[in-house]
Amino acid sequence: MTILIRNGRLVDPRNERDERVDILIKGDSIEKIDKNLSGAGADRVIDAEGLVVAPGLIDVHTHLREPGFEWKETIRTGTMAAARGGFTSVVCMANTDPVNDNKAVTEYIMEKTRTEGVVRVFPCGAVTKGLKGEDLSEMGEMHASGAIAISDDGKSVANAQLFLKAMEYARLFNLAIICHCEEETLSHGFVHEGHASLLSGLDAVPSLAEEIIARRDIALAEYVSSPVHITHISTAGTVRIIREEKTRGVSVTADTCPHYFTLTEEATLTYDTRAKVNPPLRSAADVAAIKEGLKDGTIDIIATDHAPHDAISKDVEFNLASSGISGLETALALSLGLVEEGLLDLKGLLRKMTDNPARLLHLPLGHVALGAPADLIVFSDRAEWTVDKAAFLSKGKNTPFDGREVRGKNLMTIVAGRIVYTDPEFR
Amino acid sequence: MERVLLDEKALERSIIRIAHEILEKNQGSKNLSLIGIRTRGIFLAKRICEKISRIENREMPIGILDITMYRDDIATLKAPEVKKTDIPFTVNGMTIVLVDDVLHTGRTTRAAIDAIMDLGRPARIQLAVLVDRGSRELPIQPDYTGVFYTAAPEEEISVKLREIDGKDEVVLSTSL
Amino acid sequence: MNWIHKDLLGVRELSREEILFLLDTADSFRDISRRDIKKVPTLRGKTIITLFYEPSTRTRVSFEIAAKRLSADTINISTSSSSVVKGETLSDMGRNLQSMRPDVIVIRHNMPGAPHLLSKILDCSIINAGDGAHEHPTQALLDLFTMREKKETLDGLKIAIIGDIAHSRVARSNIFALKKFDTEITCCAPPTMLPPGLWELGVTVTDRLDEAVADKDVIMMLRIQKERGGTSYIPSVREYSSLYCLSEEHVAKARKDVIIMHPGPMNRGIEISDRVADGAYSVILDQVENGVAIRMAVLYLLSGGES
Repeated sequence: MTILIRNGRLVDPRNERDERVDILIKGDSIEKIDKNLSGAGADRVIDAEGLVVAPGLIDVHTHLREPGFEWKETIRTGTMAAARGGFTSVVCMANTDPVNDNKAVTEYIMEKTRTEGVVRVFPCGAVTKGLKGEDLSEMGEMHASGAIAISDDGKSVANAQLFLKAMEYARLFNLAIICHCEEETLSHGFVHEGHASLLSGLDAVPSLAEEIIARRDIALAEYVSSPVHITHISTAGTVRIIREEKTRGVSVTADTCPHYFTLTEEATLTYDTRAKVNPPLRSAADVAAIKEGLKDGTIDIIATDHAPHDAISKDVEFNLASSGISGLETALALSLGLVEEGLLDLKGLLRKMTDNPARLLHLPLGHVALGAPADLIVFSDRAEWTVDKAAFLSKGKNTPFDGREVRGKNLMTIVAGRIVYTDPEFR
Repeated sequence: MERVLLDEKALERSIIRIAHEILEKNQGSKNLSLIGIRTRGIFLAKRICEKISRIENREMPIGILDITMYRDDIATLKAPEVKKTDIPFTVNGMTIVLVDDVLHTGRTTRAAIDAIMDLGRPARIQLAVLVDRGSRELPIQPDYTGVFYTAAPEEEISVKLREIDGKDEVVLSTSL
Repeated sequence: MNWIHKDLLGVRELSREEILFLLDTADSFRDISRRDIKKVPTLRGKTIITLFYEPSTRTRVSFEIAAKRLSADTINISTSSSSVVKGETLSDMGRNLQSMRPDVIVIRHNMPGAPHLLSKILDCSIINAGDGAHEHPTQALLDLFTMREKKETLDGLKIAIIGDIAHSRVARSNIFALKKFDTEITCCAPPTMLPPGLWELGVTVTDRLDEAVADKDVIMMLRIQKERGGTSYIPSVREYSSLYCLSEEHVAKARKDVIIMHPGPMNRGIEISDRVADGAYSVILDQVENGVAIRMAVLYLLSGGES
């Protein structure tokens, strides 16, 4: 099938492109990029006048819940949500049931993706068996089956020695090491330890819990000369640590999520469980630091940490509610807010969601070039809409952004040359 | 449209007459006490009390009663403000004269009687009102009345007392 | 003044005027408890349910007496005897109770925000009788009522609050309420029991008992919250007591007419000595009496109809 996308503004960070140009897709790859291409012979012509065309977004941190928690999300519904949100590739975390710590589960995920998935899925295997933090998982076999990273996300690897060995071993397979940084013994709480927790009386977690493990994990990786990626960073202290380490020349990268630059701890004052997330929403000063980190390049990537939950898990006391926000379908709009605020230009923002993730994961994706895989999105950076959880394609309707007026909407998603999502109001 | 039912002098005369009637009916002031129903009943009770005290040459016991907790319409109201009840004497065996400004349906008096019964066992309760406007909904009758006027539902009787309204008068007004 | 709140979830959301209005209303209700017929027909026909997920005798009994003295019908649900044991969620419990059309639900729970959760699902009035470490509004109100009664006014008072502040809903509610008046509050506890940033609430913070009690009009002692992880913040109760137990020597450092308060139940000899607890300055039993009056006032104001 040939698809012509004409009149759009192509913003491709890796190739430093930001210009009005047409793109011809043939089969599963990009055939031509030029001005005034002819639509003759094309099966489909898409008029992207006034719209932005970009490489498909890559999410380095998603929870697809399958196998084991299919009532919260499946690979099918999760990838449909990803497509709606403009993500053509997602990395799915290992805290499924059974845990993805061996090739059988990895292959299950790959197979499900093949038959039911709508975008590319790259499994992230567990560091330790069962996420128990005791024995190394079979990384080699998982890698052979398709895993591209390892992480015990949901928790840290508490045993420093074990994590050190894991980092060394992972080098055999060039697996990205993704760190969820949380000192468990400091983490007996549900919100950020700050002014809001003083008022609400909720058990709280200091920023320290994230920062000391971030420092530790970077030190471990440095010791074995392994690159390391710190995921969902939320505190000013962590931003500072990453900045310092980068200045020293250490190979560390970091991502943050939209809720960490749009919401603060105040959202928990009403005990709204939609605002319960791990790491927790932090203070205004932390939000400012995160934004600064995005602006000066300390934070390389914006990920979603998409964490869908069923309604019952959130319809309980705050202490008991599940943590997490269903974020695939709001990430682009919320991230475009950074461009609106003047912190980043469009190319700079998209770099954090396309080029940088692709580099972290060593994937031949995240850009628009001749012969490259045709993973593209067409979006409006101006369209205003109201977030409506009922319209989510994800099974997870748990979002504190429900009802929020946002600007910027993904209209079409193309994966390997096939249109996998079209906004109902877009031709 | 307004009409004055009692002017300042007429009001004063009513109070004097009521004071004398109370003493006459009870053959003196033995075991006699006055309880004024909030709000204007209090000031009327004080004036009657002052007159009786002068005649009898002794201090009459006087109390203040807030009947909010005993109202029968509380289920439908937005928690009307409760004010202090202050009855600094025992009611047991006493002749209590309840004093209120306007007697209408009789429900306020019923509430006041219930309130006093919860404080003890009076020998008898009598009722003194400045205005009886008829239209009773309960079988309650005053023992002492200032002025009697059968008011229609759209007619409003407003009692003004100098202690809180700046002047003494009872005015009848009709909303058109 | 017109009472506008459907629920009483905390004192932080009340204004100074609203608190004074509550105290004035409670004044009238206290008289009921002191006469022979301790009943008024005011809430006749109303149904009040107490839903206690945490053990408590005194608060529950206080609410029950308050409700009964107002002629309301009361039902008590406590965790051990109910479907909570079968794993029913709070939301489901709430929805089931709603179908039986109660007028007021009084809830005590060990997690902050539980009353707020009920308030979102239920139409009837919700009274927070203590939610985790968050607030215990009727306790603070009865404490303020007691202070005002003994000291005539709340403005100008110097108050010390001593004990496990970090885990104490009584401390929080009192601080929120007292800061609406012109008061000076000093919080005192071992450093591990003082929440970070406490000074942001406008209080002075110290870890020395003799500093805390100096020149105070009111000394409020809190109990060690064994149920809320209190004891892992101190090496032992014995050591805590040697440093923070209120004795007569400490009381002598306060003002001559100081009053000693405690929300109860007291750990005698741990946070307060027997002699102080039973001494002339103690108003602890007044607090209990005032608790019934305050709860009558709260039930009254929240049970009003639509008007």
